[in-house]
Amino acid sequence: MAREKTLEELKRRARFKAQAKVLLAYGFLSAGALAMIAPFFWMVTTSLKEPGSIFSYQQPWWQDWIPVQFVWQNYVKAWVAVPFARFYLNSLFVSTCVTAGQVTTSALAAYAFARLEFPARDKIFFGYLATMMVPGAVTMIPVFILLRYLGWIDTYKAVILPGIFTAYGTFLLRQFFLTLPKDLEDAAKIDGCSYFGIFWRIILPLSKPALATLTTFTFMGSWLNFMWPLIVLNTHNLFTLPVGLSYFQSLHNTDWALLMAGSLMMILPILIVFLINQRYFVEGIKLTGIKG
Amino acid sequence: MKTEAVKKPFLKNSTKETLTAFGFLLPNFIGFLLFTSLPVLASLALSFVRWDLFTPPQFAGLDNFIQLFRDPLFWKYCWNTVYLMATIPLSMAGSLMLALALNQKLKGIVFFRTIYFLPTICSGVAIYMLWRLLYNADFGLFNLTIAKIGEIFHLPLKGPNWLTDEEWAKPALIIMSVWQTVGGYNMVLYLAALQGVPRDLYEAAEIDGANSWQKFWKVTWPQISPTTFFIATMSIIGGFQAGFDPAFIMTGGGPNGSTTTLIYYLFNNAFQWNQMGYAAAIAWFLFLVIFLLTLVKWKSFGRAVYYY
Repeated sequence: MAREKTLEELKRRARFKAQAKVLLAYGFLSAGALAMIAPFFWMVTTSLKEPGSIFSYQQPWWQDWIPVQFVWQNYVKAWVAVPFARFYLNSLFVSTCVTAGQVTTSALAAYAFARLEFPARDKIFFGYLATMMVPGAVTMIPVFILLRYLGWIDTYKAVILPGIFTAYGTFLLRQFFLTLPKDLEDAAKIDGCSYFGIFWRIILPLSKPALATLTTFTFMGSWLNFMWPLIVLNTHNLFTLPVGLSYFQSLHNTDWALLMAGSLMMILPILIVFLINQRYFVEGIKLTGIKG
Repeated sequence: MKTEAVKKPFLKNSTKETLTAFGFLLPNFIGFLLFTSLPVLASLALSFVRWDLFTPPQFAGLDNFIQLFRDPLFWKYCWNTVYLMATIPLSMAGSLMLALALNQKLKGIVFFRTIYFLPTICSGVAIYMLWRLLYNADFGLFNLTIAKIGEIFHLPLKGPNWLTDEEWAKPALIIMSVWQTVGGYNMVLYLAALQGVPRDLYEAAEIDGANSWQKFWKVTWPQISPTTFFIATMSIIGGFQAGFDPAFIMTGGGPNGSTTTLIYYLFNNAFQWNQMGYAAAIAWFLFLVIFLLTLVKWKSFGRAVYYY
């Protein structure tokens, strides 16, 4: 009798402990989430405030977080203060070209490295691997000089071309191709399928997750890239969004409502892409992180 | 009647495969040569010349490197770069804690993970502009909050001039990077690692009467050590090349050079002051450091971490 009671007691204590643990975890996670979100909230609020009201000291604290009046006009003002539409199109064009180019050339090369026999294959691949640890800073200067010599500085080409060829994409896809079963390819070979046919009809369709990962990472990387476009572009009309935004800041240094409206306009497309593709992000991180 | 001979292939199969392979490889390989491997060699060559892009380059031997090691600014910016890496342990500890909390088999993991990922996803110029506002001495979120706390407790609290005070600029950037990276890639890697720890190890530890604390240090920590090692080395390698974008947007490298990192110094030398050779020397210094770190990573990977 007594023994049963203690057993009951133990069970209850264990349940209580488990519940406390869950509660603690939720509390911690929520606090973290709040810290992550608050700056974004501040950003939205500021972007909607009357430009002068940001400064007022004597307002009640909640007015720091919620504007008294929603000034949507700020977005219109930011949009026309600099050629924002043009920046968008530039970024879209550049990022699309870089992504399409990189995924295409990487997939082709990765197939050769993963599935075809040719002399010095592993040596060449090792060369690719070795350059993955070369910091971008090392190649930046000679590439700039090369582009300058070609007369391509201040053109789209200068932003796009160096971004297309990376060892990283080739490496990522090769690793993935290696995990695919060979039986299908052998069957296709017996049926007289060419190498390109195998690549196009078997390898690529089976590699959708890896391709999606590379596409997403490349697109995001290119969309956010600041330093390289800053180096090679001078004409305002060619600026990508990050460079354009930095230029915007140099013009309206303390016009916070406009700056935040502009920043939000830059973030929004990224946010949408991320929310749609976030599965690929997580898988991609695991894929590249653990094997890298 | 002649039987039709089996048609001989025009090329030997292996030759055909080689040619096909080169065809597949070519587009990438040309770009790789032009924009990666040859530039590496070219930058080494550049580091031995003095060149302002407008007059012909002059051979300078080791002068660039000698000048580099005597350049007090270079050492200052080296220190800045290393100082800013204080982000790494802070962010990793945070990532691990978040991952541990997320690993409790709770509902809504995807929701939290998405929110934590936001700063990583939205990184870049827009976020640095936002943080420039948050750090504003007079009406930024930080100093308003500090002032509010002071009001509540009747203390004369006043926040620092975050980005314009030499003492506070680096800590400000560190706080921002922790915010930016804590819920990103590292947390996802840690979460994956935690999910990979075999359940029976915990069961065995429980039978032996281990509490949560002991279970963490005796089971979890050694089991996820490869991930910790991987994240740490990758972050340090990345850390040496980091710091340009936030400093350029938020502080312009100041105040008084206190947020200028090596890559920023390289940028200034190459693209502001046209000292291509000197900039190349900085680049090769970076390369050397990163190369050594990579070697350490490869060599010690087998020893420093626990494998199961």
